[in-house]
Amino acid sequence: MAENVSKTKKLFTVGGLIVLALGIILYFAKTPLGLARKIYDLPVFLIIIGLGFALKGFMSKAKSDNDLELSSKSFSEFLTNNAILLAMLVLVVVICILQPRFMQIRVALDILTQSSTKLIMALGICFTLLIAGTDLSAGRMVGLASVVSASMLQTATYANRFFPDLPQVQVWLPILIAIAACMVFGALNGFLVAKYDMHPFIATLAVQVIIYGACSLYFDMPPNNSQPIGGIRPDFAQLGQMRLFAGIYKGFPGISILIPIAVVICVIIWFVLNKTVFGKNVYAIGGNREAAVVAGINVFRNIMGIFILASCLYGIAGVLEAARTAGATNNYGNGYELDAIAACVVGGVSLNGGIGKVGGIIMGVLIFTIIQYGLQFINVSPMWQQVIKGVIIAVAVAIDLTKYRRK
Amino acid sequence: MSEYLLEMKNITKTFPGVKALDNVNLNLRAGTVHALMGENGAGKSTLMKCLFGIYNPDGGEIFLEGKKVNIHSARQAMDQGIAMVHQELHPIRFRSVMENVYLGRFPGHMGVVDHKAMYDKTKALFEDLELDVDPLALAGEQSAAILQMMEIARAVDMKAKIIILDEPTSSLSDREVDHLFKIINRLRAQGVAFIYISHKMKEILEISDEVTIMRDGQYVGTWPVTDKATGEKLTIDFIIKQMVGREMTNQFPPREGKPSDEVVLKVEHVSSPLKKSFQDVSFELHKQEILGIGGLVGAQRTEFVEALFGLRGIASGQIYLNGAKYTNKNPGFAKSKGLALLTEERRATGIFGILPILENTVIANQKHYASLGILNEKKMRVEADRECKKLNVKTPSLETLIQNLSGGNQQKVLIARWLLTNSDILILDEPTRGIDVGAKYEIYNIMLEQISLGRSIIMISSEMPELMGMSDRIMVMCEGRVTGFLNKGEYTQEKIMALATQFAAHGNAA
Repeated sequence: MAENVSKTKKLFTVGGLIVLALGIILYFAKTPLGLARKIYDLPVFLIIIGLGFALKGFMSKAKSDNDLELSSKSFSEFLTNNAILLAMLVLVVVICILQPRFMQIRVALDILTQSSTKLIMALGICFTLLIAGTDLSAGRMVGLASVVSASMLQTATYANRFFPDLPQVQVWLPILIAIAACMVFGALNGFLVAKYDMHPFIATLAVQVIIYGACSLYFDMPPNNSQPIGGIRPDFAQLGQMRLFAGIYKGFPGISILIPIAVVICVIIWFVLNKTVFGKNVYAIGGNREAAVVAGINVFRNIMGIFILASCLYGIAGVLEAARTAGATNNYGNGYELDAIAACVVGGVSLNGGIGKVGGIIMGVLIFTIIQYGLQFINVSPMWQQVIKGVIIAVAVAIDLTKYRRK
Repeated sequence: MSEYLLEMKNITKTFPGVKALDNVNLNLRAGTVHALMGENGAGKSTLMKCLFGIYNPDGGEIFLEGKKVNIHSARQAMDQGIAMVHQELHPIRFRSVMENVYLGRFPGHMGVVDHKAMYDKTKALFEDLELDVDPLALAGEQSAAILQMMEIARAVDMKAKIIILDEPTSSLSDREVDHLFKIINRLRAQGVAFIYISHKMKEILEISDEVTIMRDGQYVGTWPVTDKATGEKLTIDFIIKQMVGREMTNQFPPREGKPSDEVVLKVEHVSSPLKKSFQDVSFELHKQEILGIGGLVGAQRTEFVEALFGLRGIASGQIYLNGAKYTNKNPGFAKSKGLALLTEERRATGIFGILPILENTVIANQKHYASLGILNEKKMRVEADRECKKLNVKTPSLETLIQNLSGGNQQKVLIARWLLTNSDILILDEPTRGIDVGAKYEIYNIMLEQISLGRSIIMISSEMPELMGMSDRIMVMCEGRVTGFLNKGEYTQEKIMALATQFAAHGNAA
């Protein structure tokens, strides 16, 4: 066993260091060799990837149960376990060859930025998937949160104010109101599911329709009368548009504030799922609800908690969407829930409940964004993009399920 | 033509890390009942799954009537005349009995189902098996016994030459077992061969012609139940010895000490809101006592203990815990009051199959490891590890998924779960059901150890020897009512049976 561990360590460390060295050499050599216009920021990516692998190699020493066997069997297992990831890597390489401009830090940051709100939603929806449920109301909650927050955060001088007489309140207050509004509907979802044992598909379908109706009523109130909300206060818009470290070197576009927000939320959700009683209960209820009841778990309270926490995350996503686009309409977020579910499923969350990891969900969201962005980059028609997206969902889930099927 | 109907030769099957079958043989003659025995994890189910096309064996050959066959799916197995009646039946609950019998091969033309023909055929089939069931009744409303007969009827209708019965009697009452045996005997006379998997020695000796024993994935041997030359019968001791590979002199560990006079649980006239469920149950449980609850299937014993634990409501009556009044609000509350319930259906209401052993062990005691809802993983790991080691759970690590353990080890994990909660009263519902002999003995030892620590146990058991061997006192129930108590020393199977069938003159068994 010890030998195997050192093999893992060797593979990752040596491989990582080679990639790292290659990156550093290319970094300094690209201008003299005249490659700058051909490989763009590739050296930087190589350095980051190399560092990552090398670090993984160093870390793997501590864990002794994480052994790696080098054989054709473990190789084919590796292929099935990471099929979608590998397919994505192939695609990225193809795109990079067709269109070397893809190899830019700017592009990578764009992809991460676009993934951020989707990721927050996916993390919310994964809780409902983990108990073998679903949440169709997620997208409409995004719309609700964006409309509510934007409606109270317009500049004083804007002609078409939602509340003409509203003073300039603290930014956080409307945000909290918007998120709280979502959580009320989340509680309604949870109540229907937990109290009446309603299937989450039906319960959240009903609530989704209610939310859209309620949000539209609010949106239609005079004097707004269903006009898109604009004139967003700059301090609110900053929350979605601010760029950190912009211009620390020439041409650096800055890191969107959405990225650190998403990272923080990922860490929190990972912690909740893995380190708290609540998280363990979620897995237990998803794994075997009857057994959870017998073990003395309060299923009602936990299901309520799941839907409220999920709606809180949708609320956050909605607020960030409003800030990012500096506007809102009642149609914001429409259909987002399906993208979030697809990302979760591609990331290995089982619709039968009980199985799913934060790391997988991050991967699922990134895969979708990268593919979408990449296909746009090489001018694939949006219609073809839809077809490819659908194929990815089907293939990913098919591969995932074969893992569990034993013969 | 070979002398055997079915020959399985040198079957080998390997799972990652485990050699589940190692050159196993099975030879089945037409018109016989062939018992397949072995401890849990011996490989019986795996062997049957290889025969039934659910697994593909890595090595070995299967011959049917002398011809080599390759079976890759259940469908192919059925086409070859092999049928299997699983231990746990999953009928389509909201469809009729007849539709379940003809599932997948409805009579009719061009996709239009001929309901009349289906009804008549089912009726005739049932009459032949002396089964008094309306073909139009919903499958979900039938008892386990009826469902089993339904499966056998299905096999008969498919002209099965080989019928595999996996633990067919685990949820049947004695009378239902008699009926089952009658059917088996009749079909055997018609030339059908049975492979009969069971842990119940007496049954095996009663019904089977030959016994094949497996141990740890290996073939031990095949013996006729009655030796043709000498007329000698196999003995239970001999079979156990072959199964475990060691002498088992005592089925039960010796009980030391006596229950104290202190009453820890007092139940007075407790009745269910449902008429047909338990009514007017009263008893006292003493400290350090093992109170056995005996009775037939359907005596409402499980329902009663579930009510005690807060899983079901009660309409009237009082319960006192250590002298203080107790209400059966919900399982969480019962747990906080020092009650623990090991349920009868391990898979349905016990284990979290897709979760690791660690989570399965600590799930009922999480509050103990958490501050502000955040778990202390180290503490959980230490305690789970200690408890699993103490109970001798055989597993590579705490990260192993519990569904990959054998039934006995799963049961030990579940017991560890409830021992961690430090409960004073352990309610064990069929604690050794479907568990091999060795693990049973270990569980008996655990029970006695808990008693010596000052705890008390209520044990439901349908196995007479276990009930009589372990209990300090036996309470017998029949159709929801307590029909009597027996003290240690006055137990006989006949007395218990008499109490258990007191109202059963018009019983519901077919």
